[in-house]
Amino acid sequence: MIITASSPLAAAAGAQRGMRAADAKAICAGLEVLDDKPGRAKKLLQGLGEWCIRYAPIVAIDEFGMDGLLMEVSGCPHLWGGERPYLKDIVSRLKSKGYTVRAAIADTPGAAWAISRYGTITPIIEVNGQAEALLPLPPEALRLDEIVLARLRKLGFYQIRSFFNMPRSVLRRRFGEEFLLRLAQALGTEAEALLPIQVPVAFQQRLPCMEPIRTRTAIEIAITKLLESLCPSMQAEGKGLRKGVLTGYRLDGKLVQVSIGTNAASHSVSHLFKLFQLKIDQIRPGLGIELFILEVTKPGDVELPQETIWTEKPGLDDNSVIRLLDRVAGKVGAEVIRRYLPATRYWPERSVSNTTSITAKKDTEWRMDMPRPTELLATPAPIEVMALIPDHPPRFFRYNGVQHQVVKADGPERIEREWWLDEGEHRDYYQVEDDKGRRYWLFRSGHYGSEKQFKWFIHGFFA
Amino acid sequence: MESESELIAKLQQDILLWQGFKPVSASKAERIGLGAIEDAFPGGVFPKRAIHEFISVFPEDAAASDGFIAGILSSLMQDGAACAWISTKRRLFPASLRSFNVEPERIIFMDAKSEKDALWIMEEALRCQGLAAVVAELDTLSLIESRRLQLAVEESGVTGFILRKSAGKTATTIATARWQISPIASVAEQGMPGLGFPRWNVNLLKVRNGIPGNWILEWAGEGFLEIKRVLQSDGWKEEQNRQIG
Repeated sequence: MIITASSPLAAAAGAQRGMRAADAKAICAGLEVLDDKPGRAKKLLQGLGEWCIRYAPIVAIDEFGMDGLLMEVSGCPHLWGGERPYLKDIVSRLKSKGYTVRAAIADTPGAAWAISRYGTITPIIEVNGQAEALLPLPPEALRLDEIVLARLRKLGFYQIRSFFNMPRSVLRRRFGEEFLLRLAQALGTEAEALLPIQVPVAFQQRLPCMEPIRTRTAIEIAITKLLESLCPSMQAEGKGLRKGVLTGYRLDGKLVQVSIGTNAASHSVSHLFKLFQLKIDQIRPGLGIELFILEVTKPGDVELPQETIWTEKPGLDDNSVIRLLDRVAGKVGAEVIRRYLPATRYWPERSVSNTTSITAKKDTEWRMDMPRPTELLATPAPIEVMALIPDHPPRFFRYNGVQHQVVKADGPERIEREWWLDEGEHRDYYQVEDDKGRRYWLFRSGHYGSEKQFKWFIHGFFA
Repeated sequence: MESESELIAKLQQDILLWQGFKPVSASKAERIGLGAIEDAFPGGVFPKRAIHEFISVFPEDAAASDGFIAGILSSLMQDGAACAWISTKRRLFPASLRSFNVEPERIIFMDAKSEKDALWIMEEALRCQGLAAVVAELDTLSLIESRRLQLAVEESGVTGFILRKSAGKTATTIATARWQISPIASVAEQGMPGLGFPRWNVNLLKVRNGIPGNWILEWAGEGFLEIKRVLQSDGWKEEQNRQIG
């Protein structure tokens, strides 16, 4: 067992991080050892990060050390009366919960990281002051590998100041690209992107209620109000809703959520309301809902409708069709809606490709050279057959207990199996018509008289 | 003074109006290529603002109904409009529609899990003016449900087709027309072996304010072709020697 973390008291007694637990117990007799759960630190950081969203919209976990949070605070401190009270508020609140916290504000994430861990003078670095502030710090402040750090120490670089003015080519040769990147990130010559733990939602609307809401009518009014204030702002930016979530905060602290989706971005109040209306049954208000939040989790660009010069009957991308599909997807489920496009394959079951998109275009033409049945059985059904001559169409066949006498036939059309996908025999298809004029699609699987068994199947009905 | 026959014609026209038929002049442009069958409808025009019911018992008949509907769709969808095809247990093979002059990618298939869902989708789709037609494969349909569908159709002008594939017993519906399509022997081109164009026996069982009838129709590649009834000779003997294509 290795020590992964120790309290200041234990650390003072000699129980260092990375030590064996048995050794530490030998040094310090009264040491209490608790098992560490993997992932606990990350979970705790995640929780703290989500709590910190109250201070800034973009909060990221420090992936280098896994022991800190990086916040983009531009435009936030003035709400707390300036940077100093802002920082003080964060630190004192976290301290009151029992955490040991250090914080710093600087122009770059790298500089803030360095100052918060190794800074001694001031936690707030003025604009463009990061280079000066970094100079007296040890090289560890640059978020470097242990190998690079050891090399720096060996060469006697105990402060950033000592290698700060060296030519970059020399530094690159000795310490690698990573070293220069970290230095540039701290100085701000290289941009560093933060990975926010929660992406801020662009379109969001809150509706606190004076009284807890329980009835259907009241929920409908709430949704209308939310949409009426949200839709104009989306419209102004040319955006529309593709996916939206309505969250209701109930009196008993539970959340109720319903979500809707559209096939094309929309900012129409009446249409979006209809979609939510289908979902109201799923909202369980319990004792009552006191706060509604409507979030657009996936916005999309609204295509501006073109003025039609002459009124033509519209096609698939007609607004009313898309709204119909939205309603169907909302009520029954989006998986019921399908369109078929031609595929460049011969095997009948795979000759059409399935798409859920309403805008997908075909990339090949439909084949019309060979007859295809109007109704196709999902799995071919075996039939009993009598054929006079090998490789001729059958003279009689029996399907579902009914005897059919074949009068006319076309074929065979041989379709080879797609051997790179599945194994089996090829199929010889015949289009046959019986004495009553009914038309069928039959096939023989495999060669006549081959060692392997050949079988006859019915695969469809022609119109 | 109006004569008696003029008066009756006027009253019939009024009844048609009250029953939801909009007066349309029987111009050539309104024809959808069904030939003599269209004359069986009131005013000699195939009713587009209406529900058409197709009944079939055997899968062969169902396939023939699919083909016949696809043929009608080809003229309804001519101007680029889309069509919805609603079903619970669909066997229609989309690629085959191309041979009936319908672009399969312009048809939106909706495969509902239950009849109830399918019926709901059908009603919603019939209210959608952007569609040219709605086809639904339903097993059962009550009078009240069919009346709701009829109201939706009258409002939007979308043509509705109901395919009842296991119509063992006929249900009472207020469909404008009830059809039964069954396949009959095809005739290949002169001297050619094999099968000809699909040929059907079209049975118009019921048509509101029209004349029911029975026709033989062939889908001749580009459009319907009416076949005059002739005494069918025993085709088997002469075809015996040229069976294989």
